[in-house]
Amino acid sequence: MSLSREQVEKVSLLARLQLSESELIAMTAQLDAIVGYVEQLAEVDTEQVEPMAHAIELSNVFREDRARPSVDRGEILANAPHADGQFYLVPAVLGD
Amino acid sequence: MSDDYEIVIGLEVHVQLLTESKLFCGCSTRFGAEPNTQTCPTCTGMPGTLPVMTRRAFELGLRTALAIDCQISPFTKWDRKQYYYPDLPKGYQISQFDLPFSHDGGLDIRDPKGRFAPKRIGIIRAHLEEDAGKSMHDEQAGEADSRIDLNRTGTPLLEIVSQPDMRSPAEARAYLDELKLLLVYLGVSDCNMQEGSLRVDANINLHLTGENGEKIATPIVEIKNMNSFRAVERALEYEAIRQYQVWQETGQRLGDVPKQTRGWDDAANLTRGQRHKEESSDYRYFPDPDLVPVRVSPEQIEIVRRALGELPAALRARLIGAYGITEYDADVIVNQGRDVVSYYVELAEACSDGKMASNWVQQDVLRTLKEQTITIDAYPVRPAQLAELLGKIRGGEIDTTRAREVLAQMLTSGKGVAETMSALGIVRVDESELIELCQQLLASNPKVVAEVKAGKVQAAGALIGQAKKLNPNANPARVREICMELIAKS
Amino acid sequence: MSLTDLSASQILAELNARRFTAVEVTQAYVERIERHDPAIGALLRYDAETALATARGIDDRRQAGQPVGLLAGLPVSVKDLLCSQGDLATCGSRMLEHFRAPYDSTVVARLKRADAVLLGRTNLDEFAMGGSTENSALQKTRNPWDVTRAPGGSSGGSAACVAARLTPLSIGTDTGGSIRQPAGLCGITGMKPTYGRVSRYGLVAFASSLDQAGPMATSAADAALLLEAIAGHDPCDSTSIDAPVPSYSQTVTQPLAGLTLGLAREHFGPGLDSEVERAVREAIAVYESLGAKVKEISLPHSKYSVATYYIIAPSEASSNLARYDGVHYGHRTDERAMLAELAAERQKLEAARDTAGLNRLDSPLVRLYRRSRAEGFGAEVKRRIMLGAYALSSGYYDAYYLKALKVRRLIRQDFDSAFQSVDLIAGPVTAAPAFKLGENVNDPLAMYLLDLYTVGANLAGIPGISIPCGLSAAGLPIGLQLQAPPLEEDRLLRAAHMFQQATDWHMRRPNLP
Ligand SMILES: [Mg+2]
Ligand SMILES: [Zn+2]
Repeated sequence: MSLSREQVEKVSLLARLQLSESELIAMTAQLDAIVGYVEQLAEVDTEQVEPMAHAIELSNVFREDRARPSVDRGEILANAPHADGQFYLVPAVLGD
Repeated sequence: MSDDYEIVIGLEVHVQLLTESKLFCGCSTRFGAEPNTQTCPTCTGMPGTLPVMTRRAFELGLRTALAIDCQISPFTKWDRKQYYYPDLPKGYQISQFDLPFSHDGGLDIRDPKGRFAPKRIGIIRAHLEEDAGKSMHDEQAGEADSRIDLNRTGTPLLEIVSQPDMRSPAEARAYLDELKLLLVYLGVSDCNMQEGSLRVDANINLHLTGENGEKIATPIVEIKNMNSFRAVERALEYEAIRQYQVWQETGQRLGDVPKQTRGWDDAANLTRGQRHKEESSDYRYFPDPDLVPVRVSPEQIEIVRRALGELPAALRARLIGAYGITEYDADVIVNQGRDVVSYYVELAEACSDGKMASNWVQQDVLRTLKEQTITIDAYPVRPAQLAELLGKIRGGEIDTTRAREVLAQMLTSGKGVAETMSALGIVRVDESELIELCQQLLASNPKVVAEVKAGKVQAAGALIGQAKKLNPNANPARVREICMELIAKS
Repeated sequence: MSLTDLSASQILAELNARRFTAVEVTQAYVERIERHDPAIGALLRYDAETALATARGIDDRRQAGQPVGLLAGLPVSVKDLLCSQGDLATCGSRMLEHFRAPYDSTVVARLKRADAVLLGRTNLDEFAMGGSTENSALQKTRNPWDVTRAPGGSSGGSAACVAARLTPLSIGTDTGGSIRQPAGLCGITGMKPTYGRVSRYGLVAFASSLDQAGPMATSAADAALLLEAIAGHDPCDSTSIDAPVPSYSQTVTQPLAGLTLGLAREHFGPGLDSEVERAVREAIAVYESLGAKVKEISLPHSKYSVATYYIIAPSEASSNLARYDGVHYGHRTDERAMLAELAAERQKLEAARDTAGLNRLDSPLVRLYRRSRAEGFGAEVKRRIMLGAYALSSGYYDAYYLKALKVRRLIRQDFDSAFQSVDLIAGPVTAAPAFKLGENVNDPLAMYLLDLYTVGANLAGIPGISIPCGLSAAGLPIGLQLQAPPLEEDRLLRAAHMFQQATDWHMRRPNLP
């Protein structure tokens, strides 16, 4: 199956990327080629196969519930593109 | 009109678990700190940071899941729920999707006032997840920037999703009350709604029967931002009526329109539709590669189960069974929490009269706690002392009214029963003295005697009044008895 | 013979013997950087003052006979993807061009603890996505063996840096071959450790279940030294393995007796450059001359490894890079311009009475995200984010992402059964020597297919090493890849060292412009 321009537009919203007209065209063609290639996996029989999400089989890794001092607010906000010394600031979020 | 349709309600409750540190980093979970002062590279989602889960959160989750009869999954994993919002710095929330650590439980609810029959509310699942931060929006949105505080980001939450088993706002309220009581008994959350440690979302729709008897369901609506149980009740009451009207106007059925989210406006006492983003539904869940799965053995589950302690439902049953008090009384006492219950049990055991103990705990002890806003451990009179006092009432040594004076004294003086009684000049009046007193009374009240003889028994009340004046320690009940005997003989 | 002709291990010996000072060593490399890096572009930044100050401190402690760390006085460069407190961590991206890390990655913390002299930060493909370092938004890096060619990537800066001896040691990261492939193309030794052997804390994530940092050096002995300094359990990384770390620098010199090498049929198929095949087969002959047995094996699912990788890696990347939204750090678009853009679009739609369009129009917040990310990310990063978001989106998850996770297990099982009968798997790192700059930039799929021999180790989580094993007729380095079972880094390093004792390919050096 091949990717439509509409699908790519929808995904670009999901991924919060703004694509120019030319990017959209190029992206559609390239993604279509790549998706076409990866679809060869369909021929592999995976009936009895458990998915493998991790490269190693670890489980039950925890830390003790101990609070330690937080990092100075100035240091945390230092990288913020827009802050008022107390809060991160973003353009008014209308409605919700 | 409520007999035209059936209200169907399911609740989604988020409770903040009582951990010292956040779910995935060492920042404190304390409420009310200055904005963005309880953050670190990890909970602000800085590049390169990684989550490491605190064991305590998982243990508290297990406790709760077992207390609501959930099945515990032997294998559970952590998933990323992906969406963009300024209070979600990583662009995803670490939660659980297809393999929650617990599922298929239930909670029994009852209404002591008898508005509905006792029933079990099914629980679909309970899973762990991290909280998001807080966004503060200016009133006139669009005017000023929104402000983001990430102190709350990463706080451990337990999400408890019920089956749509509730059939009235009252049942929903009972479910919430019972769940909250349970959580407090378990010590897993402080359930403080004002501080957001307990949040409720409600799903509601109506079931009706069509002209030709077919079952009809109206579209499901999710109600958000209700900040008290009362608000939940009122929002559901409002929404049921609104949906019935919408049904009558549009005839829309489940599936005709996308699921709607409405916000409760407590001041205006109504729900308002919220704009939903078209793609917001596609969360692209997938297993978080930064966190490893958790395996839970039957042995571990048993250890946690054994440590649960006696829970509200069992406690109520025990109080009713062992001390013969009503379900209503048991409810009042159990709702006060473990300490009041053990105070009551000690008292009931010591004075071997559960009913009397229950009355005194409810009418006297609890009132004082309320008036002085203290907890039971700060209540000056210990169960043994109170039992001694109640014993004197039952032994006829002192009447209830005088006993209350004694208790009041004891609360302030901190002295014992006997000491306080003599301080108040309360001494036992012996029988001969009482008979003498009664004979005087009859002699000086021939009219009363005549009336009583004529069958107007209540006239004797006048005699008791006078007796009290002559000797405040005279037991009114006994005085009445003796007088009646003497009159009968004369 | 100048100081910078020595290997890191030799320099360390000289330092411990007090024949050089750390300051002299650092100064020597600073001079090389000043002389040669302008033509190569391996380093994004270097800080001679701070480095010399560190070196001075180490010299003082050595003089005073105080204990010093494992790498005391050795200059090390670090891929600009690992956080170092107070320093930039650009990740080769406009998005993080000005991001200053408020904390140390575990790798950097351990280098500091080992008294390494952190001299500079190396260039990379943006967020480690690429195989040529051409995807860096900040700088072009050239292959020291032929400046018209790519150094490989994504750790191309580190590979070029070591190949040109601008630092004797460098830290790279490997998600699909990003240490081994550039090491091969630049004629140096580079290892991807077992997943979980080296902490990922502070390594800016590309694909979390595949990323691993590792050593890049001029020899296996030096790689062993560097790995020993950075490996080991870290409570800050839930996927870190809690197993003792052998002292690789000690064991590396011990030869392996009765070694059995497996040659995967699938690694010598069509598409393999004949010069590369000859060099690799000659290298295997060297092992036979050293007493190793050779056995042909099969990795039946390896032909699916690229497809599997290009579903899993972009899926994780699309999620890992969601945090770059211009709100908490990183690039944010010009808000006024953004609002003006929206207003103009709204006007157009209103004029056309296009209600559907108006409903679809971004809110200011959504547009802030979309513009900030569009401006902050390069084409390859956008491509992978899109690919991943698509593979995880509702309706496609099972067919793509879940399917890939299942094939991933089959790929791992292939390795497990192969290692039943062989100690190591030997083969090429890349199908061909270094390609020309710009050769593949317009064909992403062709670029992806170059990862054929390397992505398997990342999917399976096993360690792999790349060592120089020849030069092409054009004088370009050719690499040999060795792969081992989980946690057998020691076996890899010893086998590589055996080879380097018997050959001198690792001693060959490019003639720098
Ligand atoms: Mg939730
Ligand atoms: Zn934190």
